[in-house]
Amino acid sequence: MSATIWLRALAVAFVAAMLQVVIVSSIVVGGGAPDILLVTVVALGLLRGSIPGAVLGFVGGLIVDVSTLGTLGVTSLVLTLAGFWAGRYGETTGRDRRLAPILAVGSITLLAGVFGFILHYLLDEDVVARHALVTALAPAFVMNLLLALPVHRLVRRIVGEELRAEPSSEVEVLV
Amino acid sequence: MSRQRSARSAALGLTVRRVPTTIPSRGAGQLRRRLVVGILVLASLVLISVSFRSGEDGPLSGVESAGATALRPFAVGLERVAQPFRDAYSWADSLLTARSEAERLREENRELLQRAIQSEFALQENKYLRAQLDYIDSPRFPADFTPVVAEVTGRPAGAFTQAIVVAAGSSDGVRMNDPVVTSDGLVGVVTRVTPSLARVQLLTDEAAAASAIDLRTGATGIVRHARGTRETLVLDRVRKQDVVRVKDEVVTAGWRAGALSSLFPKGIPIGKVTSVGQTDTDLFQQVQVDPYVDFGALDAVIVLVPTDRR
Repeated sequence: MSATIWLRALAVAFVAAMLQVVIVSSIVVGGGAPDILLVTVVALGLLRGSIPGAVLGFVGGLIVDVSTLGTLGVTSLVLTLAGFWAGRYGETTGRDRRLAPILAVGSITLLAGVFGFILHYLLDEDVVARHALVTALAPAFVMNLLLALPVHRLVRRIVGEELRAEPSSEVEVLV
Repeated sequence: MSRQRSARSAALGLTVRRVPTTIPSRGAGQLRRRLVVGILVLASLVLISVSFRSGEDGPLSGVESAGATALRPFAVGLERVAQPFRDAYSWADSLLTARSEAERLREENRELLQRAIQSEFALQENKYLRAQLDYIDSPRFPADFTPVVAEVTGRPAGAFTQAIVVAAGSSDGVRMNDPVVTSDGLVGVVTRVTPSLARVQLLTDEAAAASAIDLRTGATGIVRHARGTRETLVLDRVRKQDVVRVKDEVVTAGWRAGALSSLFPKGIPIGKVTSVGQTDTDLFQQVQVDPYVDFGALDAVIVLVPTDRR
């Protein structure tokens, strides 16, 4: 990935993190709010691969943790793994699948919700399982799915897609 | 058969050379991937450990504070961009309910006028009796506090924490555990402070609680978040013999016991009772409270800084 693409991808992650903190977190519908940063990190992972996905997830999460004065590293950890998994999915079975963004966002939203709940529980924070895993997660899941394709298209326009070299099926015969 | 030769070339007995490609070897790519994700996960775990264990005065708090200050202009800029859209939405929303809202407010105004006259009389009587008794009281709201009005600049993502970040910090006199209100009522308490920002734990957070009193009957309890909901509160620990009715107003109790006192001064409105229930097996009544504050639409709040501190 070139330096220009890295800069663009970092800018995308930064804007998504700030949007999440300032605006999107307050858009509560049916008890839950969408997570535009998670959707963006998944899109970046799918488009640019697992390493950029993990790095950009870490950076985006760190921005959220710093700007909300939260426990540093919590959001970073969740989004690092989210970006990495999305990247691996894009590099393997999700390659060239039209519905890959929706499948990835759906499954990673659920996994991130459960993992986040476990993480906060381990940190001795009072979180009610029903609220975190049902009341808030269900609407967030639906809203993230709605955001998946538009965000994926937008991110693809900005950072492009990693051209994955495939092994050649032919060999040249030199006589 | 050599891996360098296809079946056809092998049959012909020809020497075959692969065209060089730029594909990295599978092993190296895998190692690099694992190394990067491993380092990032480890970095996250170290950050969590240090940040969680050291708290307010740890080595990371200065870095976090500087980072938050650096990010603040972006947050404020975005907030300014979003504000007209929020206002437009509120305006459109209010148009839909304007007629019924006006009727309700007229009714409420009539009721409040009556109560204001009675309260004024009670206030004068109260002042006189206090003066007679040399009564020592805990700090009173709003007389013993200086308001610091602050814009809301951020909200944590996810359903795990109910908190906001406000644009006022220690340089404005804000300290840990300062109460935070709006013109509608109690919002929460300051849980983290940097020179220019403060994190406020909302009353709807699982870990938040405030001692409260039923204004009409004097029944006391603890207001906390109703489990499984986002913005409903319960008045917990209300004895069964105490009388609490629907539509009763609940305000902060503001107790004092020796050197200890409640974080919240007495008399801050919290909400209105929406349901009261009790079962034979429960020790206390189940009182549900609808908060006056709309926690999802907080644009600005007031941090109450004790006057004697300033």
